[in-house]
Amino acid sequence: MIQAILVFNNHGKPRLVRFYQQEIQQQIVRETFHLVLKRDDNICNFLEGGSLIGGSDYKLIYRHYATLYFVFCVDSSESELGILDLIQVFVETLDKCFENVCELDLIFHMDKVHYILQEVVMGGMVLETNMNEIVAQIEAQNRLEKSEVTPRWA
Amino acid sequence: MALKMVKGSIDRMFDKNLQDLVRGIRNHKEDEAKYISQCIDEIKQELKQDNIAVKANAVCKLTYLQMLGYDISWAAFNIIEVMSASKFTFKRIGYLAASQCFHEGTDVIMLTTNQIRKDLSSPSQYDTGVALTGLSCFVTPDLARDLANDIMTLMSHTKPYIRKKAVLIMYKVFLKYPESLRPAFPRLKEKLEDPDPGVQSAAVNVICELARRNPKNYLSLAPLFFKLMTSSTNNWVLIKIIKLFGALTPLEPRLGKKLIEPLTNLIHSHLGSLGARMRLVLPAPRSSGSGCRPGLALCVQAPKPVRALKYLGLLAMSKILRTHPKSVQAHKDLVLQCLDDKDESIRLRALDLLYGMVSKKNLVEIVKKLMSHVDKAEGTTYRDELLTKIIDICSQCNYQHITNFQWYISVLVELTRLEGTRHGHLIAAQMLDVAIRVKAIRKFAVSQMSALLDSAHLVASSTQRNGICEVLYAAAWICGEFSEHLQEPHQTLEAMLRPKVTTLPGHIQAVYVQNVVKLYASILQQKEQAAEPEAAQDVTQLMVDRLPQFVQSADLEVQERASCILQLVKHIQKLQAKDVPVAEEVSALFAGELNPVAPKAQKKVPVPEGLDLDAWINEPPSDSESEDEKPKAIFHEEEPRPAKPRQPEADEEELARRREARKQEQANNPFYIKSSPSPQKRYQDMPGVEHIPVVQIDLSVPLKVPGKYLLEKDRKKKKKKDKEKKGKPRRHSSLHTESDEDIAPAQQVDIVTEEMPENALPSDEDDKDPNDPYRALDIDLDKPLADSEKLPVQKHRNTDTSKSPEKEDVPIVEKKVKKPKKKEKKHREKEREKREKGKEQKEVRPRLFPATWGLPLRLPCHVCSSAWLTGPASQATCLLSRPSLCHSLQGTTGRKSLTVNPDLVGLFQKSSKHRKKKHKKEKEERSKDKKKSKKKKPPSDEAAEPVENGALDEDPLPVRGTSLASHGPETYDIQGSLQKDSQVTVSVVLENQSSSFLKSMELNVLDSLNTKLARPEGSSVHDGVPVPFQLPPGISNEAQFVFTIQSIVMAQKLKGTLSFIAKNDEGSTHEKLDFKLHFSCTSYLVTTPCYSDAFAKLLESGDLSMSSIKVDGISMSFQNLLAKICFHHHFSGKRWGVALNACAVGEKSVSVDGKCSDSTLLSNVLEEMRATLAKC
Repeated sequence: MIQAILVFNNHGKPRLVRFYQQEIQQQIVRETFHLVLKRDDNICNFLEGGSLIGGSDYKLIYRHYATLYFVFCVDSSESELGILDLIQVFVETLDKCFENVCELDLIFHMDKVHYILQEVVMGGMVLETNMNEIVAQIEAQNRLEKSEVTPRWA
Repeated sequence: MALKMVKGSIDRMFDKNLQDLVRGIRNHKEDEAKYISQCIDEIKQELKQDNIAVKANAVCKLTYLQMLGYDISWAAFNIIEVMSASKFTFKRIGYLAASQCFHEGTDVIMLTTNQIRKDLSSPSQYDTGVALTGLSCFVTPDLARDLANDIMTLMSHTKPYIRKKAVLIMYKVFLKYPESLRPAFPRLKEKLEDPDPGVQSAAVNVICELARRNPKNYLSLAPLFFKLMTSSTNNWVLIKIIKLFGALTPLEPRLGKKLIEPLTNLIHSHLGSLGARMRLVLPAPRSSGSGCRPGLALCVQAPKPVRALKYLGLLAMSKILRTHPKSVQAHKDLVLQCLDDKDESIRLRALDLLYGMVSKKNLVEIVKKLMSHVDKAEGTTYRDELLTKIIDICSQCNYQHITNFQWYISVLVELTRLEGTRHGHLIAAQMLDVAIRVKAIRKFAVSQMSALLDSAHLVASSTQRNGICEVLYAAAWICGEFSEHLQEPHQTLEAMLRPKVTTLPGHIQAVYVQNVVKLYASILQQKEQAAEPEAAQDVTQLMVDRLPQFVQSADLEVQERASCILQLVKHIQKLQAKDVPVAEEVSALFAGELNPVAPKAQKKVPVPEGLDLDAWINEPPSDSESEDEKPKAIFHEEEPRPAKPRQPEADEEELARRREARKQEQANNPFYIKSSPSPQKRYQDMPGVEHIPVVQIDLSVPLKVPGKYLLEKDRKKKKKKDKEKKGKPRRHSSLHTESDEDIAPAQQVDIVTEEMPENALPSDEDDKDPNDPYRALDIDLDKPLADSEKLPVQKHRNTDTSKSPEKEDVPIVEKKVKKPKKKEKKHREKEREKREKGKEQKEVRPRLFPATWGLPLRLPCHVCSSAWLTGPASQATCLLSRPSLCHSLQGTTGRKSLTVNPDLVGLFQKSSKHRKKKHKKEKEERSKDKKKSKKKKPPSDEAAEPVENGALDEDPLPVRGTSLASHGPETYDIQGSLQKDSQVTVSVVLENQSSSFLKSMELNVLDSLNTKLARPEGSSVHDGVPVPFQLPPGISNEAQFVFTIQSIVMAQKLKGTLSFIAKNDEGSTHEKLDFKLHFSCTSYLVTTPCYSDAFAKLLESGDLSMSSIKVDGISMSFQNLLAKICFHHHFSGKRWGVALNACAVGEKSVSVDGKCSDSTLLSNVLEEMRATLAKC
């Protein structure tokens, strides 16, 4: 199970916070940020021992892209490299949906990022890992949304 | 209206949307909070408007604010409003907000049930999808219960997009509503073979999560997963499956061997990408054990180039270590190298590994290496980690690897140089433990400790709690307790009385004070023996001079002890002035030796019979309670320890009296103390030093048996350890509890010593005990999933009924008791346990039998197809009987029936194993019956024979004929015939008892309006149905006939004829045999697995009519009776459900209650039951 997915920037500003269990969210974001931030880029992407989240069964798996950290907090049922892959899939999907995604996209379209994430991870479980499928579903939903919005303004 | 809409739209144009909000926040960096509170006010206004678009926009903004840490729970209701918008755009916003901020405590969540249900059944797949996604985040037990069925339906939705979401969410539903697992599982299993890879992957995902908690229930799926593993190309699925196998292999060792090949194949086929390979290798070791040795080598070598892989390699090694320590130990150097890595994650992993790699030989080397790292390490977390690891490594398995305890003490002393650690108490505990348990080391330990006390100023510089100064606690205690080993006691005494000591934390000072006296006592003795009264007086003077500094302490404990001791010393001074020898008496204060007591000892104290710990001893004083707690709280804040000793002091006399009494009670019991298990464990559960299991035992009577048990145990545990390890436990009497850490435990010990005896016997309990917390946890985690856990819930009702005949007086209480955990059962008397067991078996049976054993057919539900012969046909016997167990057929009543229960399938297989045996029995019984019937009906030796079909051997109940249940679960229906609704299959066994050869058999039945024989197409009502075989003499065979049923509420009797040609030497004759088929109502009933609450709900629903019967004069045992009746239990369904409940009313009478949606059906069923019962 994935317990939480956090995206924050190099300054610890949260860009996406998605908890799959009710928690003391803000503290966890802060703690995770401090844990992740002090790590070099060239060391491994796994981190154990956050005191607030989970306990010994949980670890943080993160990737650092330019100004953003993507952190997944997972338990031992998830494969570490699998999750690293998943982060990549998520980011690539964001890239496709936003066309060259950058932090600003995440800042201003947090809702959309959530919708995209919902197609990848659902309730802490991995829903889909095939990027084409994810993008197709998101586009279909966007079309549906557009078809709903247009008549109102027409 | 239209105007309003327009107005709304215009309003909306001026509203801020999410982007504006974000922009605004970014523009107000200085007064962000103020700006946001302003925005929240605006949002509140927007939420008040009718326009759903405005509301949705507001909710969307709230979602953003929630991320920033603002509470938006106040808007929960508005969120629900937006969720119920008809447009997907808004709905999506609503569900997103809900998923972000709803949790189990959100009260409005219960308002969403219907909305969600509506969305789930929406024609738009995205409405459904968004509802599923949202629900997955905030599903509560209530929601899960109410929506489980809807979600289950969605699992077979036409769109894979919905299917995969529905499958995935089922896991959440299972967690919240465990009862849903059983009914949903078959469908979940189906989804493993779904054509869509996404759905497949979701199903694998869910089952992996389930299996992780409770692998044993999923072993049966292994072949399926094996197939998937070899066929799937989806990496994600592969990973999950391998993880799953990782959990399964420990339970089924053969699996490991099987896996080796496909796994190696996988590894090789992924050679291209190292990453993929690693991913596979990682979970593999556990699963395939030795098979992955080559993989292991890869793991170890891989770490060098890539960081992530290095980490994973170490992780893999730690997993392999558990099973194959040797193969990992070979890589010790590599692991030690990893300690130098700059990545903390890797260092921590390496440390973890080292723990498992140490042996007697390399311990010193490894610890040395670690010590050097301690010096180098930056950052307290890592250094603390190192410190705990060193201690863990050394103390693991009861100091198994330590050969030289002097070395270990030195290591500990060296560790005290560590500044800023939080683990001072760990070191202290180790010092105490070693000094107490390893007798031979005491001298050395004391010398080291006195040195430590001497240089206390170094250690005590940081006075933070749990800091390194904690070691002074241990040092002072050891020096005091074992003062006879001190080289220069006087110097140590002075060190302990330095003014600087008063800066130490209170609890340490208290130990100082107490041990100063011990030290003082031993010095006095020395001086008096050496006949140096003056020196003795000097020491006393020193005490009198220095103790006042403690008397002024702010710490209550210190103050009290100090003033007490000060008075004592002053008294001694007076005596000394009169030249009275005092040393003997003073040292008598501290006579006796302390023994280690197992930390779990307290827990193990069995509760004496008849003692109810929860019962009030006196009536609870209503007001004083709060008063009592107050002082406690105060003490706790200051210092947790004083609180305990205080109370005993208050009425020590009384306690002593009680102790005495208890001691005498148990005087006959042998007693022992067992050694404490490995210390590191102990410290995990214990908050602090005060729990050090070292206690001065407060006994005025010397106890006889000096703990042989301990010795034995020690020997076992430390077989290879040098002699010094074996602490010889001895108990002496002592009048007072002395050193201050003893005071609290003294209480405990009292109990422990007394209770230990009973513990001595069940040594297995000892084994269980350490695991207890984990086990309990395990159960908790498993609870949602374990089948075994579920049954109790279900059986509920039966329990009651089965129970009552045996013990009529307490049926209700018993029922309640049932619920609590298994643990409680343990405490019950054996008798009761037996009964429980019996009960459980019984409870299980009712559900299983109907499905598998066909037991019910001995019941009232038989279709009495008593075939009797008329006419001259004298040589053939027609036997209409119930076929063998598995061939039991099932009639149906127009309900789509349920999916197969995995359990039942399992049992079913079992039952088929037994089939052969049963067959034999059947035959025997049959023949018996035949004989009987022959006697009974001499006139026609061709009477239809009742056939016993028995599941219960003890009381064969003649059943003549058959009918049965449903077209339901395909699994049971081996013949796989009737899958159509409203059909009943009747199996008829025809046995030729004559010497003629029977052929051209045809069966015909006079159809009624309600029940019609299904004939081959094109044939008329008067045509018979041919029996598809011929019967040579003495042979029996089974034929099946299908009947179509219109209504099930009434029993039916059909007349029929079997015509056949009997051929023998004398020629052939055409003969006829008439019979009657009796379709009873009960025979239409279908067993439906039903979960307790669904059942309860059904019963509560009120649309069932109720009726009951009472039958007197029952002579058969209730068990048998119940076995019969149990067939009727768990009948439930939405429309045609019948719920029956039987309970014994008295010795000889039984009452049966039933509920059913159709009262006619019910009354008929009950009538039939009455008939059966009457026969009993």
